[in-house]
Amino acid sequence: MSGNNVHSHTITALVQDRPGVLTRIASMFRRRGFNIASLAVGKSEQAQLSRMTFVVDSDSDDIVEQVTKQLHKIIEVVKVSDLSKEDIVARELALVKVRAQTASARSEIIQVVELFRAKIVDVAADSVAIEVTGDEDKIESILTLLRGFGIVEVMRTGRVAMVRGKKAPLKTGEAKSRASTRGG
Amino acid sequence: MKRTGAQIVCESLIKEGVDVVFGLVGGAILPLYQTLPEYPQLKHIMVRHEQCAAHAADGYARVTGKVGVCFATSGPGATNLVTGLATALMDSVAMVAITGQVPRAAIGKDAFQETDVTGVTLPVTKHNYLVMDPKDLAATIKEAFHLARTGRPGPVLVDIPKDVQQEEVDYRYPDSVDLPGYKPHLTGHPTQIKRAAKLIAEAERPIILAGHGVIISKAYAELKELAEKAQIPVITTLLGISGFPENHVLSVGMPGMHGMAYANIAIDRSDLLIAIGMRFDDRVVGRVSDFAPRAKIIHIDIDPAEIGKNVKTTVPLVGDAKRVLAALNRQVEHQERGEWIKQIDVLKREHPSHEIPISDKVLPQYVVNQIWEATGGNAIIVTGVGQHQMWAAQHYYYTKPASFVTSGGLGTMGFEVPAAMGAKVGKPRDEVWAICGDGGFQMTLQELATIVENKIDVKLAIFNNSFHGMVRQWQEIFYKKSYVATKLFNPDFVKLADAYGMTGLRVTNKEEVRPIIDQARAVKGPVLIDFVVESEENVYPMIPAGTSVNEMLEAPLPGLHLVDSKDSST
Ligand SMILES: Cc1ncc(C[n+]2csc(CCOP(=O)(O)OP(=O)(O)O)c2C)c(N)n1
Repeated sequence: MSGNNVHSHTITALVQDRPGVLTRIASMFRRRGFNIASLAVGKSEQAQLSRMTFVVDSDSDDIVEQVTKQLHKIIEVVKVSDLSKEDIVARELALVKVRAQTASARSEIIQVVELFRAKIVDVAADSVAIEVTGDEDKIESILTLLRGFGIVEVMRTGRVAMVRGKKAPLKTGEAKSRASTRGG
Repeated sequence: MKRTGAQIVCESLIKEGVDVVFGLVGGAILPLYQTLPEYPQLKHIMVRHEQCAAHAADGYARVTGKVGVCFATSGPGATNLVTGLATALMDSVAMVAITGQVPRAAIGKDAFQETDVTGVTLPVTKHNYLVMDPKDLAATIKEAFHLARTGRPGPVLVDIPKDVQQEEVDYRYPDSVDLPGYKPHLTGHPTQIKRAAKLIAEAERPIILAGHGVIISKAYAELKELAEKAQIPVITTLLGISGFPENHVLSVGMPGMHGMAYANIAIDRSDLLIAIGMRFDDRVVGRVSDFAPRAKIIHIDIDPAEIGKNVKTTVPLVGDAKRVLAALNRQVEHQERGEWIKQIDVLKREHPSHEIPISDKVLPQYVVNQIWEATGGNAIIVTGVGQHQMWAAQHYYYTKPASFVTSGGLGTMGFEVPAAMGAKVGKPRDEVWAICGDGGFQMTLQELATIVENKIDVKLAIFNNSFHGMVRQWQEIFYKKSYVATKLFNPDFVKLADAYGMTGLRVTNKEEVRPIIDQARAVKGPVLIDFVVESEENVYPMIPAGTSVNEMLEAPLPGLHLVDSKDSST
């Protein structure tokens, strides 16, 4: 669909845990003018390999294809999957600190939190911290509601995603790490 | 076996088949240098500027098909390599650069001559490493060579802290590499090969566009077989030149900005482009929307990211050019295309892009033509960047594989002298000519010392037009001859050659051109020739940047031409 409307594409990559790999990936995105809307990184189920989830906003499938191909050219990138057309579970976690100076504000906030099946994770004299998990729409909605109370700080992880069902993740042989040899 | 890091580097290089290294010494790489005498198999050629170590390694690699190797010290030594690495990356040249780094404990402290070299060179290398443990050295060098020469070749840099070079560890050279994320795809997909063969059978006006990939994978015989079997005319890109013999009836020259008019018109009329190991660079394509508007495209390339990057492809074929073509040839039928070949012959006659204007002056095109005649087309030609580069592409007829060496992708002036040096070191029995711009020559001329010291027998032909000629041409055409910062003040090049202890000759009129070329060829050893050429000659044809074949400027008619180029000259 090379239409006018910008779509958000989810791409995941399995990468070797070597120092500098994030620089390499970030540099490639910058150099080629691709926009990363969000990026999440964490350990995968395999030792020495991390999994990254990228969200790329683009109006063109060609660009998304280039992003995946250019990612794949990076030597430490073991596998790239474009999940744009897959049935996926996508989640983001947000921590939101909201002003709560009065008892009534507090109880209203608790209602909102329950409505979104979020959690209060910290309570201070004049604020509460809320943890919410969901897709971006859900997080945007709760933020809209909380804005009325006064948001002090928002921390979001960016999207992580995986394909639904039994598709097994790619298994690679033991990826030996030479952590002492750093890529730029 | 216990070895120091420096010894490991040397032994690993030998294991990888390296026989020559270009480099320049410094504190952080001193342990490696001080180890060199233990390994006389490794010949070291000391350059006078690290940029030239990289370009020399590049020239060496392009003509031999081996990996070129260069050394530099930390900080300024390493940053001086950057242009050479970028040049090699753009043109897919196999190179390994080894740089010294400050000792591990000093890294990150802004130590003397510390630069984040892996950071600086990240976007200009295929891959790079900072080796923090001498135990990793052997495996890293093995990987570096593997990455440099396989798949789409490119430069790989290995940065080694001084104390890593000094430390002793157990050494064993690994037999294999462990790169789970790197598996170049070599054979074309069978279904796509079938589709490609079908498109070729159905096409009426097919054209082959052959690029550097043909030369890198040595697919000469396969390319020729495809062209002859299916009667497909072959156009070679600037970097594809010499991948297909230019005296072949099916050879249709070079495409693009300064390509032959008939080549560009043929692409325009074509109904099928078979692109092999080329990447549809903007200097080839011009305005994308007007490029080959009638053609389907079969794109064969080893780098999947090149497919669909610049133009839409009908049949993508990811793989090594030699293997893909061999598989494709098995499915391609003999075909006659008398009508199409005749059309192209007519185009060649109507648009004689190779015609050299009749003139008593020393025309640069004529000089190239005479070097071609004198060398029988058997020399390796290395060029700088600019007008002389285009004339060298247009007026020399290349029939010998890998005999044209030029910086195409990056367009690096100053490439000519060091790359010619490297080419001659790589192919000592071949005659090597550097076609130099007077501008480009002055960017790296300090290497005359290296050439003389090492008795590197290259012939350096300076096309002395007293201008940054190619830029002057743009100023003439697009800025009403407002020659800002393009006029060159030049030294006496013959005296310069003399100062360095090499033969220097000068040509100022047409009658001298051939005798001086012959005289230079008769000298055993390096010669510099100062060809004082017509200063405001233009390269034609020309398709201005970002336009199409419809906007092509062809040479003014002969006769008219002289008036035109003389009226504002000195
Ligand atoms: C390192 C570098 N700097 C600047 C340029 C821009 N440039 C392209 S062609 C050219 C002029 C080249 O002059 P010369 O080497 O004398 O060759 P000529 O065009 O006159 O044959 C310049 C300045 C370049 N290609 N490379």
